[in-house]
Formats: sequence, structure tokens, C-alpha cells
Amino acid sequence: MAEVLVLVDHAGGKIRKATAELLTIARRLGEPSAVFIGPNAETAQVTLAKYGAHKVYVYDAPDALEYLVAPQAEILASVVEKTSPLAVLIPSNSAGKEIAARLAVRTESGVITDAVDVVAGAEGVETTQSVFAGSYTVKATVTKGAAIVAVKPNSVPIEPAPAAGAVEKIEVTLSDAAKAAKITESKPKAATGRPELTEASIVVSGGRGTGGDFGPVEEFADSLGAAVGASRAAVDAGWYPHSNQVGQTGKQVSPQLYVAAGISGAIQHRAGMQTSKTIIAINKDEEAPIFELVDFGVVGDLFTVLPQATEAVKKAKA
Amino acid sequence: MNIVVCVKYVPDAQSDRTFNEADNTTDREGVEGLLSEIDEYAVEEALKLAESGEGEVTVVTVGPDQAVDAVKKALQMGADKAVHVSDEAIHGSDAAATSLILAEAIKKAAGGSNPDLVLMGMSSTDGVMGVVPAMVAERLGLPQVTYASELTLEGESVTIRRDGDAASETIVSSLPALVSVTDQINEPRYPSFKGIMAAKKKPVDTWTLADLGVDAGQVGLDAAWTKVTSFAKRPPREQGQIVTDEGDGGTKLAEFLSAQKFL
Repeated sequence: MAEVLVLVDHAGGKIRKATAELLTIARRLGEPSAVFIGPNAETAQVTLAKYGAHKVYVYDAPDALEYLVAPQAEILASVVEKTSPLAVLIPSNSAGKEIAARLAVRTESGVITDAVDVVAGAEGVETTQSVFAGSYTVKATVTKGAAIVAVKPNSVPIEPAPAAGAVEKIEVTLSDAAKAAKITESKPKAATGRPELTEASIVVSGGRGTGGDFGPVEEFADSLGAAVGASRAAVDAGWYPHSNQVGQTGKQVSPQLYVAAGISGAIQHRAGMQTSKTIIAINKDEEAPIFELVDFGVVGDLFTVLPQATEAVKKAKA
Repeated sequence: MNIVVCVKYVPDAQSDRTFNEADNTTDREGVEGLLSEIDEYAVEEALKLAESGEGEVTVVTVGPDQAVDAVKKALQMGADKAVHVSDEAIHGSDAAATSLILAEAIKKAAGGSNPDLVLMGMSSTDGVMGVVPAMVAERLGLPQVTYASELTLEGESVTIRRDGDAASETIVSSLPALVSVTDQINEPRYPSFKGIMAAKKKPVDTWTLADLGVDAGQVGLDAAWTKVTSFAKRPPREQGQIVTDEGDGGTKLAEFLSAQKFL
């Protein structure tokens, strides 16, 4: 069976959900192997085996993560050269897409990003993407080299499928060029206790209508265990960090449930959330374009609607 | 300081963007186009750097005839000169082929070697893959410093700050380097009347693939490493239930969540 590589997304050895999703997808295409770069591979190996990794390639020298993506692309390229895999699956976040890009050029392989589905088709690996702000669905295949596919989080439900997870160490001498862009400082964001925006199954976002007060948005998000997002207007006004921006110039999210509070729904925003499974909006303006997309909408003031909903959710969950 | 900015001509996101039925490529003819929005921030950053010292800003684009509008806008903003790579063989090129053409054009525009700095927007507003900066860096052998929300030059190095998902990072790289920017980095200027008049006299070189020494067989739809097999317009979302808050909007919202099994 053809080997399918999965680049592991992790924080200090703790596997992110996206990795388990990629292993689940990899099993449809062939035999999954994980590629782990960084410290604490032992912790990771247990989870990777649980989700179906037959092999776990490990690069644990401390240097790779001190730089931007180039070293990870070099390490992955060396595994690709060694194993000639059918496909390489990478999480479709900003770093993942760049690793995929460099790997594609280096190994002369086709790359597809932002895939929302990947299947074994008649012409090999077939991907589904949602383009032009979600207005079109595109199916594509890779015609050269290994299929390098960056897959969006929440594309498939995770299924465990225990496998051996045999560890194999990788030795690579990183080039000087790969070590040119050094991360000299990394200030972790203040822990909010909320899930990561692009991975969350529920996202609650606030926009211009919050007037800068994200309190009701955050409280509602917390009642649902959701991540908090923001529209570009709210970010440009300095009300919420850019890393939480949902839209064309921010994050593209695709959760099970998306709640837009005080967001009109300009194309810029829709581009980042239109593929969400269920959409809810709260807006004072009944003409707001966001209402064209919703499964449920409330025309009203978010400052009264959200707190009432928060209380009702808490009661229902208690 | 020699700065090259890569820009893209894209279909206007406000228009109805679509595909060509014949070959499944993005339709760039039937819709209004413009300079991709995030690229304006890259142009602005280049102008600021050039203005704060000695520097020349060259803008490079790859695309059909009308793509020259993208570099003209950059010239009106204040860039010194522009290059438009145009060749029928380019139609249908994927990101990898585009990065090859851009890499060769950047080198030629800078006199045969890497310029001190290459600037790009983090992604275009049509493809939105965000992979071209990394691919061009890989091809030019340049360090890649992406998603900059702040940029400072000091001697032979460039320092950027960026907001990652988990952390705010500072990254230092030697020059030459390739930097991609977000829309947080600056506020792009509007072309002034003077700028618009001056742009008419600025040089725009049009290069073909042959000028760049790129074999036409390496680019275009047939050479693409990926293939769009089909496209379909998503059915418009059916509008769901809309209620007007009469003091119970929040309760009704929670009831909907409960009915949909989110609680």
C-alpha cells in the first residue's frame, strides 16, 4: 500500500486536533506515516499510533523550530525523497501552507491548499476546495510528483485506528539558507482558555456593532466553549487582535457553528466564514447582507440578545 | 537599497467571479480587475523604505494585457519603474509556474542577481493560497519572512513582527530577503494628482518568457502540476428563519441551538 505522509502539527509534543484529522484522511489514500519535528516525540508517538500512523519519522534536533518554515520543508523533503509517498498531508494554516509551497518547489510536486475534502479518485488523489468567498466548489487533482495537500481543520470527523507507530529517526543537515530567518522572540498570547480559532467547532464573532465592547460576545462564546473571532472593522478599530480576524485578510474558518454578532457581512468577512455548516447572525439592521447566509437570524441589539442567550445556554447545559 | 515588489492583477471581489468553461481557469476577461488589495500594503511599505533612505522601487507583475493596470496603480502611488511579464503561454499557470516566472523577473529587474529586498502581499484576493511568497523565496534561495505586521531595516538585516496564532513573534533575517506583509503593516496612500501625472512618464517594461529565459513548456495550463477537474457554483444558501427581537430573541436563539443539538 502506498505511503501517505502527515506533517504533525503540535505544541511541545502535544498533538493538535488537525493532525488526527489528517491521519484519518490519510487512511483513505494509503498507509499513513507521521513526520514529527521537534521535542517530546515520545508523547506524540502514542497519540499518532492511536490515530493510525504505521511509522513515525522523528527529527528531534532542537534547531528546526528556531527558524521560520524553511527547515521543516527541508526535513520533509528528505523524507519525501526517501519514501516516494503517494501524498503529503499538511495542516492548512499559514505555516503549513508555506511548508507545502516550499516542499512542492523542492520536490517538483503539485500542491493544493485549503482543501476541505480529500479522497482517492479515479485520477489519483482528488481534493475539494471552496473558492471565491465560498461561491464555487472546485475539484482538483495533482498531476506531478507526490500530491501535496494542505487540508483545512474540521474537514473530517476524527476516527481512531490503532497502528504500530514505529519510530524512525531522521538525520538531515539543515542548509545555511534555511537558517537565515531566525525567530528571536516569541511572546505567547495571554491564555484565554478558549479553543484555537481555526480549529474550533464553534466560533462567535463580533463586529462594528459591538462598539468595542466584546464582553457579551466573549461571554456567549464561553457558554458554548467557542473561539472568539472579529470582523475587519473591529480589528481595524483596535478592539480585537488581528490574529482573531475572520475574513479575506485574516483567518478562514469552517466550524460546525458560526455566530456573527454585529457584523454586516461584507464580502471581506464572508470569504472567511461562508463554508461554516450552520450560521447564526444577530444584527440591528434587518437589511444586513449577513442575513442572506443564515440558518437563524435575530434582528435585534446584541447587547440584549446575547446576554439572554448566554443565560439560556447556561441553564440548558446545567 | 534596491526593492522589488510583486503585485497581482485580480478580478474585483465585489464582482461575480467565475471560471472559463473551456479550461477551468479563473475568468480574468469578463470581470473588472484591479491591484490585489493586500499588494497595496507591500507597495506602500516599499515606498516608505525608499523614502527613508536611498532606494529604488521596481514593481513586477505577471498576467494578461490588462494586468498592466496593477503596476500602473503602483507607479501612481510612487514606485519608480515597472515590469509586466506577458506571454500567451502563461495562461493557466499554477502557483509553482507563476513563482518561476516571478523569480526570473525579479532577478532580471534587479540586474541579474537578487535585489536587497523583495516585498509581496501575504496572499492575493482571488486565489488566496498564500503560497507564492514561499515558492519565490525557495526558488531565489532567499530567506522568507512572512506575514509581517511591522518591518524595520537595520544595516544588513531586516526585523519583522508578526501575530501568530499562539504567539507574537519577532523574526530577524539577513539581507537580501523576501518579506510578505499583512494589511496591519501600514495605511496605503492614495495616488495624488501629481503622482498620477508623473506615472505617465515612468517606464513600464514588457517582457516575454523568452526575455526571461523561461521555456514556454515549463508554464501554462499544460505544464501545471495540478489540474482543476471540475467546478460548480454552490447553490445559494437558503435563507433560514429570521426573527425580530421582541424581548425574547436570545431565548429563541438558544432554542434554535438546542433544536440543532448544539447544547
